[in-house]
Amino acid sequence: MVAVAPVTLLRTEGLRRAFGGLQAVRGVNLDLAPGEIRAIIGPNGAGKTTLVGMISGRVAPSAGRVLFRGRDITRLPAHDRVMLGIVYTFQIMSIYRALPVFDNLALPVQRRLMRTALDRLALDPRAVARGVEAALERIGLQDAAAQPAGALPYGHQRLLDIAMALALDPEILILDEPTQGLAPDEIARLLGLIRHIASGVTIVLIEHNMQVVLEVAQRVTVMDAGRVLAEGTPAEIEANPDVQRVYLGQ
Amino acid sequence: MTARDRRAAWLHVAVLGGLLALQAVLPPFHHTMVARIMVLAAFAVGYNLLLGYTGLMSLGHAMFFAAGVYGAGLPVYYAGLGAGPAMALGTLAGVVLAALVGLLVLRTSGVAFLIVTMMFAQVFFLAALYFNPITGGDQGLVLTGRLPPVHLLGLELTAASPAVKYNVAWAVLAAGLLVAFGLVRSPAGRVLVAIRENEERTRMLGYNIFAYKWLAFVTAGGIAALAGAAYALLFSYVGATFASILYSIYPLLWTLMGGVGTTLGPLVGTGVMTYVVDVASGVTTSYLLVVGAVLVLLIMRLPAGVMGGVRHRWWRWLP
Repeated sequence: MVAVAPVTLLRTEGLRRAFGGLQAVRGVNLDLAPGEIRAIIGPNGAGKTTLVGMISGRVAPSAGRVLFRGRDITRLPAHDRVMLGIVYTFQIMSIYRALPVFDNLALPVQRRLMRTALDRLALDPRAVARGVEAALERIGLQDAAAQPAGALPYGHQRLLDIAMALALDPEILILDEPTQGLAPDEIARLLGLIRHIASGVTIVLIEHNMQVVLEVAQRVTVMDAGRVLAEGTPAEIEANPDVQRVYLGQ
Repeated sequence: MTARDRRAAWLHVAVLGGLLALQAVLPPFHHTMVARIMVLAAFAVGYNLLLGYTGLMSLGHAMFFAAGVYGAGLPVYYAGLGAGPAMALGTLAGVVLAALVGLLVLRTSGVAFLIVTMMFAQVFFLAALYFNPITGGDQGLVLTGRLPPVHLLGLELTAASPAVKYNVAWAVLAAGLLVAFGLVRSPAGRVLVAIRENEERTRMLGYNIFAYKWLAFVTAGGIAALAGAAYALLFSYVGATFASILYSIYPLLWTLMGGVGTTLGPLVGTGVMTYVVDVASGVTTSYLLVVGAVLVLLIMRLPAGVMGGVRHRWWRWLP
């Protein structure tokens, strides 16, 4: 019997990264299928953020390759990867607190609308406003457009952060601990949003909250000390003795 | 155009219209003074694109002003070039210099950027002194009588005429404001502010940070050079002073005084500072003490500068 290889959207081959003497990531091979929700878990210092940093282009690998739709993008700058559809949201929430909510969303919206160099100097403001409107609707903050983003309640700021990423029309959305600091009802709302976007977007989710992982992820990659320790469905991972030892501390 | 943009555009038109009308009533001394302020304000308007909108504090902006001064002044002195081509040449010199220097200095940021820009400007300043036989060094060269008059609509225009000084200065300021206002309200302007607020986030929204900073740097350099070219021709003097550190600090000071990140702030700051210096130096030789006192007062009462305070208290829509 010949196993049919699933279509791969993104693949990493032997990715490594050392910071001085510290081996943060030591040879990670990862395959992401289109449309999946992949959770990456592991103890602090396991190399999760460094790994997605290399996928998004924020961190240059010491060795290995990153392939997107079969194309080698290892040397591609981060801002060009965003335009390919690889979008990253920061672990520490990263919005423009001093700017109005409108401008926070207008930035990704206008980036998507810019096609030629001249578009940098002149775009149809109505097209930008329409895009912002749609993005606001998605997170239910239509009335907040004129407020400074920093004045929003914390949970809404987190939603805005993700809405900014979504406005870029991503193919792969990397969420780095999105539930950090959220109240249970806000987590539920966020999970609803994640499930909703997952219909068209591949999601990579770094998460500490196991409840969240078990609830939304289709596949889970467990990292420890810069390596992939295990990979499988949430049920398989829960039952894996290595994972229990390292991650769940049992 | 949104209502906010329209209101801001009208404010700029009103300010420029007011300045244009002012020449009918100003006594001769203030006539020249305001002309000088308008040219220097254009210099500061360009600088504000870097400091106020992109968040880049340069201490080397004098080199672009001086590039305009020399780029326009030397061809007039040595080759009797006309005013129009000299202005164009001066501006071009600043744009080219900013394009090249920008490629190097924008690889740094923060304090390193401050120091590297200052060092490049010092190199320019020392080069101007070194080539003393050509540039006239710190003694400079006087252009009086060397600039051929311009004939326009049957009028003979000379740089010595106060009306020509005033209106050319006004046109330079208007051009500087127009370019700055246009850039700030464009999609690129929004990106510049985003870079100031959070550079990493802006990169991860798909923007090539370097390219946008470079655009701001070259635009600011071009406006500085335009101002420098006009200054040399209108006041008939070319000298190394314009490349000195003092002329890098001036636009920083004027911008801080008038309001960082407001389009009209640099004009207000330049006007206030120039008059404070003038009045104080008429009263005492230690006029810098007065300037210092004014600055301390300003920082205590209006930390965001004059126009920054106005925006904060009354006109939230001020660009």
